Amino acid sequence: MTKTLTHLQALEAEAIHILREVAGQCSNPALLFSGGKDSLVLLRLAEKAFRPGRFPFPLLHIDTGHNYPEVIAFRDRRAAELGERLIVRTLDESIAKGRIVLRQAHESRNRHQSVTLLDAVDEFRFDCLIGGARRDEEKARAKERIFSFRDEFGQWDPKNQRPELWNLYNARIHPGEHIRAFPISNWTELDVWQYIAEEGLELPSIYFAHEREVVVLPGGALLPVTPLTPVSEGAVSVRMSVRFRTVGDISCTAPVPSEAGTLAAIVKETATTEITERGATRLDDQTSEASMEQRKKEGYF
Amino acid sequence: MTQDHLVDNGLLRFITCGSVDDGKSTLIGRLLYDSKAILADALDALAASSRKRGLEEVDLSLLTDGLSAEREQGITIDVAYRYFSTGTRKYILADAPGHEQYTRNMVTGASTADLAIVLIDARKGVLPQTRRHMTLASLMGIRHVVVAINKMDLVGYDEGVFRRIQAEVAPLVRKLEIPHLQYVPLSALKGDMVVERGVNLAWFDGPTLMELLEGVDLDARDLDAPFRFPVQLVCRPRTGGLLDYRGYQGRIESGSVAPGDAVTLLPSGVRTTVRRVEFFGEDLARGVVGQSVTLHLADEVDVSRGDLIAGSAGAPVPVRNLDATLCWLGEKPLDPGSRLVLRHGTREVRAKVQEILGRFDLQALESLPASELRMNDIATVNLRLQQPVAADPHGWVRSGGSFILVDEATHATVAAGLVLAQENY
Repeated sequence: MTKTLTHLQALEAEAIHILREVAGQCSNPALLFSGGKDSLVLLRLAEKAFRPGRFPFPLLHIDTGHNYPEVIAFRDRRAAELGERLIVRTLDESIAKGRIVLRQAHESRNRHQSVTLLDAVDEFRFDCLIGGARRDEEKARAKERIFSFRDEFGQWDPKNQRPELWNLYNARIHPGEHIRAFPISNWTELDVWQYIAEEGLELPSIYFAHEREVVVLPGGALLPVTPLTPVSEGAVSVRMSVRFRTVGDISCTAPVPSEAGTLAAIVKETATTEITERGATRLDDQTSEASMEQRKKEGYF
Repeated sequence: MTQDHLVDNGLLRFITCGSVDDGKSTLIGRLLYDSKAILADALDALAASSRKRGLEEVDLSLLTDGLSAEREQGITIDVAYRYFSTGTRKYILADAPGHEQYTRNMVTGASTADLAIVLIDARKGVLPQTRRHMTLASLMGIRHVVVAINKMDLVGYDEGVFRRIQAEVAPLVRKLEIPHLQYVPLSALKGDMVVERGVNLAWFDGPTLMELLEGVDLDARDLDAPFRFPVQLVCRPRTGGLLDYRGYQGRIESGSVAPGDAVTLLPSGVRTTVRRVEFFGEDLARGVVGQSVTLHLADEVDVSRGDLIAGSAGAPVPVRNLDATLCWLGEKPLDPGSRLVLRHGTREVRAKVQEILGRFDLQALESLPASELRMNDIATVNLRLQQPVAADPHGWVRSGGSFILVDEATHATVAAGLVLAQENY
């Protein structure tokens, strides 16, 4: 045992401490699990925090209905392997109930997730949602607390957050309010990939380089061709080797050109990339300088 | 990573102290830019923001502006965290803005920092705020302080200016406890002596700011400190082959622990020995500060969340009355009648501010009589606790001497506390 923890050991130990604080302070938490890489890291951290015991919370997925089928299959398999309870709530149910009204049949459902998420919080009376958001993802996230307070409307008020000192987290809330806890707040995209490689975690196949039909948008972003996002008139699709850096709603998550077929290759590519994770892959954050902040205020994760 | 980088020198958390006028945001931008932490698309966005403001060059300081409310006002309102890596060490930078809520933000950022960079404008020399920054860094137990004398480009890179400011700072720090103090002249705007040495400060043969950050010896002090382990959870699966499994889950907040070590459970005072130090099913020969592990004890004892497992030698004595330095963080002043909860480690007890012993004047560096506590005030107080707490003096064990106060009615975190050496147990 060396006297200094490596940076990954230090980040891991901090995240485990945070997960255990959630379990110790909150009476009914849930862990948001999508099958994506950040939430898979959370699951490994939860194993390290709580095994040989069971997780003191269920897994929760808000399914937009616009996810890649291989990711959903992976989600179900991983939850079953762990023997932990998975709760799925879908935007389709919210749409059927009239809780969400779409303006166009195929519009991005990313923004609408907040409604289904907050309905699930009400339904199960969750007092804390654990998520895999990271501060390096986006400017508005850089000031996010590790234990982030949401009012009875599920809203985030950047000016009404609790100072967070040392590792003394304050998860006290009144009925109806909840906490969002972010154990990997201090991780970067590279840390996540390094950790996945070091732990040998399994991932959905679309994170690795594969051939896919895409449309190259002006500006260089790649739009995957799917039943939801068909080739629009006048556009031309091409086949190329791509991988996903981030995985979410099909209509707003774009792959990047890549030949990286192994974790080692992805780590190397991430260490030398010129483009941020969101810049390369999110088609929805670029509309305005403050768009993430706006969505967070509405209850978005 | 492990294939490409042979050395992993851990994680260094630091804070930058200074105001926009000192070029703090520019320094942070420079550190991120020169360490290649800003990627091309973020730089493009930065260039666009700069143009929108009518600036000709890319303004690196805009990188650290986070939220739209502050962007409109041109000020930052809270602590923001930035990340970069040099390949050998990962850095977490807490950026606490300098305005009226400065004390609150700096104390928050400093609470997790291993090192503080105190910025001084070379044209202005030591200002009252320099004094405040150094005092707060020392108060919060930060052992490494780098005095960065910035804007050297505006004083012709004059060595005399640097030496003069260095001489001004020296008497100030004599009164403070800062074991590792270093000075570096630099120009954040031009990049001299931040990451690159540049050519303009050739007379300075000390390390660059980045070399200083790379060279900090991280945890010798916390590793040698007494063992402290606040119990977060008790793991008792009671299934299959685990009927007798009883593990205490938590994080080693200071020192280290190995099987066979004598430990004391607090506040009960019961003594036992450590049987196993477990991490994810594996037994460790020794667990060290910073690690989240599961401890197994030799005897079947009554331990639950909120208890502290401490090394028996020098274990803290539980008290129901303690003197502490408070930094008041609440928007509303301390109301003597309010119900407060003190959180120390994983333990929560009801607390009352019995007496305000004095308020610390950060300008005069002395304690003055006071009858109330307002946001950003720093004061020594006497606290009465409903249940005993086993706390260490903050100067001795940093984590064991830290606590927060939470208002029981609003649930707001209203104060940060540092335990003072207790004269009367």
